[in-house]
Amino acid sequence: MTERLDGRQDSPAAEAAGEPPTGPADTPRKRTRLGPSPTVAIFFLLPAALLLGIWVIYPIVFSIFRSLFDSVGTGFVGLGNYATIFSDAGMLTTIRNNLIWVVVAPIIVTTLGLIFAVLTERIRWATAFKLIVFMPMAVSLMAAGVIFRLVYEENPDKGLANAILTTVHDTFSSSQGYPEARPREGDQSQVAAQDGGVVTKQPAQAGRPVLIPIVGVKPDVMPSNAQAAQAPAGDGLSGTVWFDFTPGGGGQSGAIDGTEKGLPGMTVEAVQNGQVAATATTAENGSFRFDGLAPGSYVVRLPQSNFEASYGGLTWLGPALITPAIIGAFVWVWAGFAMVLIAAGLAAIPRDALEAARIDGATEWQVFRKITVPLLSPVLLVVFVTMIINTLKVFDLVFIIAPSSVQPQANVVALEMWRVSFGGGGNQGLGSALAIFLLILVLPFMIMNIRRFRREDT
Amino acid sequence: MRKGRAAAILAGLAVAVAACGNAPTTTEPTASASAPATGGGDKTLQGVKLEVAAKWTGAEQKNFEQVLKAFADKTGAEVTYASTGEDTGAYLGPRIQGNNPPDVAILPQPGLVQQYAEQKALKPLSADVTKEIDANYTPYWKELGSVDGQVYGVLIKAAHKSLVWYRSSAFEEAGVQPATTWDELVKSAQTLADSGTAPFSLCGASGWTLTDLFENVYLSTAGPENYDKLSKHEIPWTDPSVKTALEKIAQIAGKKEFVAGGSSGALQTDFPTCVNDVYSTKKAAMVIEADFVAVEAVQSGAKLGEEAKYFPFPKAGDTAPVVLGGDVAVAMKDSPGAMALVQFLASKEGGEIWAKLPGYLSPNKNVSPDNYPDELTKQLGQTIVSAGDAVRYDMSDLAPSAFGGTDGKGEWKVLQDFLRNPTDVKGTQDALEAEAKKAWK
Repeated sequence: MTERLDGRQDSPAAEAAGEPPTGPADTPRKRTRLGPSPTVAIFFLLPAALLLGIWVIYPIVFSIFRSLFDSVGTGFVGLGNYATIFSDAGMLTTIRNNLIWVVVAPIIVTTLGLIFAVLTERIRWATAFKLIVFMPMAVSLMAAGVIFRLVYEENPDKGLANAILTTVHDTFSSSQGYPEARPREGDQSQVAAQDGGVVTKQPAQAGRPVLIPIVGVKPDVMPSNAQAAQAPAGDGLSGTVWFDFTPGGGGQSGAIDGTEKGLPGMTVEAVQNGQVAATATTAENGSFRFDGLAPGSYVVRLPQSNFEASYGGLTWLGPALITPAIIGAFVWVWAGFAMVLIAAGLAAIPRDALEAARIDGATEWQVFRKITVPLLSPVLLVVFVTMIINTLKVFDLVFIIAPSSVQPQANVVALEMWRVSFGGGGNQGLGSALAIFLLILVLPFMIMNIRRFRREDT
Repeated sequence: MRKGRAAAILAGLAVAVAACGNAPTTTEPTASASAPATGGGDKTLQGVKLEVAAKWTGAEQKNFEQVLKAFADKTGAEVTYASTGEDTGAYLGPRIQGNNPPDVAILPQPGLVQQYAEQKALKPLSADVTKEIDANYTPYWKELGSVDGQVYGVLIKAAHKSLVWYRSSAFEEAGVQPATTWDELVKSAQTLADSGTAPFSLCGASGWTLTDLFENVYLSTAGPENYDKLSKHEIPWTDPSVKTALEKIAQIAGKKEFVAGGSSGALQTDFPTCVNDVYSTKKAAMVIEADFVAVEAVQSGAKLGEEAKYFPFPKAGDTAPVVLGGDVAVAMKDSPGAMALVQFLASKEGGEIWAKLPGYLSPNKNVSPDNYPDELTKQLGQTIVSAGDAVRYDMSDLAPSAFGGTDGKGEWKVLQDFLRNPTDVKGTQDALEAEAKKAWK
């Protein structure tokens, strides 16, 4: 901008002196003579400059000034607030998260945008496809956050992500048995939990039924065909697995009371010296019997497979996966934007270059890598840099998707800035320091983008 | 914030409940209140205009306006109500800066009394008002509204935070009774777990519910004096009394089968959802939270007093804990009208008019629980009166909000980390102390 202003200022002088243009460098100068006089230019620039000054320059200057003071705004702390940013563990987490964002999100968005753009050139319903991919841009980030909060819900009945995972998982292996049930433990109990299963503490003896009391059976996994528990009669190694809990209380622990139900379908193993000697399955009244077992000393075991919980999917909103999960939402929103920009660039690529390559025998992959991508690189860079700026500023998605218990783990600089300044802490000094820190991070990319636009203009 | 919203819904529902139950009583109080007011009022404030700002909206606002009307009828003053919305500070801050504050403001946290008093935005209450407070409140509440010995505010509305809500069908199924001591609670929890129902639904994603739990256990095990000291950070969080309380909490938070969804599930469960887990999806038997759980329980389809019942927070030590939250009235202009209104709100008369309306609990010891419109509120009021001097205000709301009131920071964060790893009592104490030092410096 300044260059042009200079140009305009110079040109009338040059004109007045009547100096002829000396070289090609002066040609633009000559052209600007057609423009308005500097006073008129300043007059027209004034409103914009004034607004920019009030809304952009002044806040930035004030933030820099404010960042040098403490929370109340009266005590000068110098660069103390900036030191806090780099010494506080919580803040370092936010910086680390921002780094992850900047490295991962723009690459994924640009790559996906490129893939979509190239593919839509080839398919029949390209416009419809583009419309659908672009659709999330019409949704506000806040609404997108709400949507993905639901998608990532841990309960597969509510969360789409886990619903998909559990459905896929269950088609290969389905759960069975009594998840989360456990033996009634204690000194009087004959059994103990071991390796996720249940074993008798003493070797079982033939003729004396083994009692295996189980508690904590969820009401919804209790089979409807279960009948009142009974100890089997007769010789041989036998016993009962039952739900040792009398509804409404009462009942003796470790003993089969009248109303307590057996647990049908349990796999029971007789183990000798670490080897499974025989296997049985409990009947509807919970009883089991090993037939034709050689006499000897056996430990009775309920293997872990009886207690395996059904696969519940991933904890998307837990501390470990939260940042990747939010990046997923971000990609969903921005991939369409990247696709549209890249598709526009793609349309501008000279077709003859592509055709020439194809005629010369290049494969599609070679055409893509050696011709399309290099020709597209200016557009790709614009998209990439825009995404970097967007990821640095990311706020709403993190704020909404991360449950408050994992917000410290998902935190990013923009959110931390808001929280520190207004969310209870009320430390606007530190908040301003964070804002300036963010500005410094964004600045190089802004300059890069502006430079590029300028170069394209000229 | 969520507390406030829940309270607002509570009031709305309470109106509905009362309207179904005994419709006459809802209209009666206004009539009986205005009768003596018009008869005995000397209309000393004829023509005076007052503005009062509070966060209430909807049904709560309507009820409060009835109280204001009683005051207007009595004194002749003209009172207008302004709603501050959830963020009281954001509403009052600019008005204070612009030298145009409301005459009276109702602040949702005592911490704000301190903050505004330091900014010299509050006017000391007159001798008459202080006398009224002395007559109706225990010294603890008077001190709560004071800064450096000067009385600025008075607690006029309370929320009861020492309750354990339970699903009666789960208790019947397991054959357990409401617990009166902590050990009984743990034992009942074991029985419930054996019966196949997780005993507790913890709202771990809402940090304030964890601070409420801690406060109840701490008040009970360490006693009111230590509670006061810890509230002011006069004893460090590394104190042995904190260790005792955390260990008690670990007894229920540390067992996988005691918490619905385990600790990772609980940490993703926010406040209203954990109530749904008890009454709607029936994953758990108990939820430990305040009186406003009633709203959510009703929304989950449970009937109050039948399926949704509560018992007072069991004694974990020598004290039966009663922790209250609540709203403090302050005068922002030094005018006779503003003082008269604060005095009226602190009085037995004003309290009883309000008490007859649904969704209100009074911390005023002279407001008889008989005034409350339903049995449930009456019992709650009774526990407040009978706890007498041992009643305490929500500790986290007394703390600087960076410590006791911000998502993902301070006490909220550390207690969430503790729920994630309940064996690390020592580390939790150290982390709490470190956060407290930062906030109180």
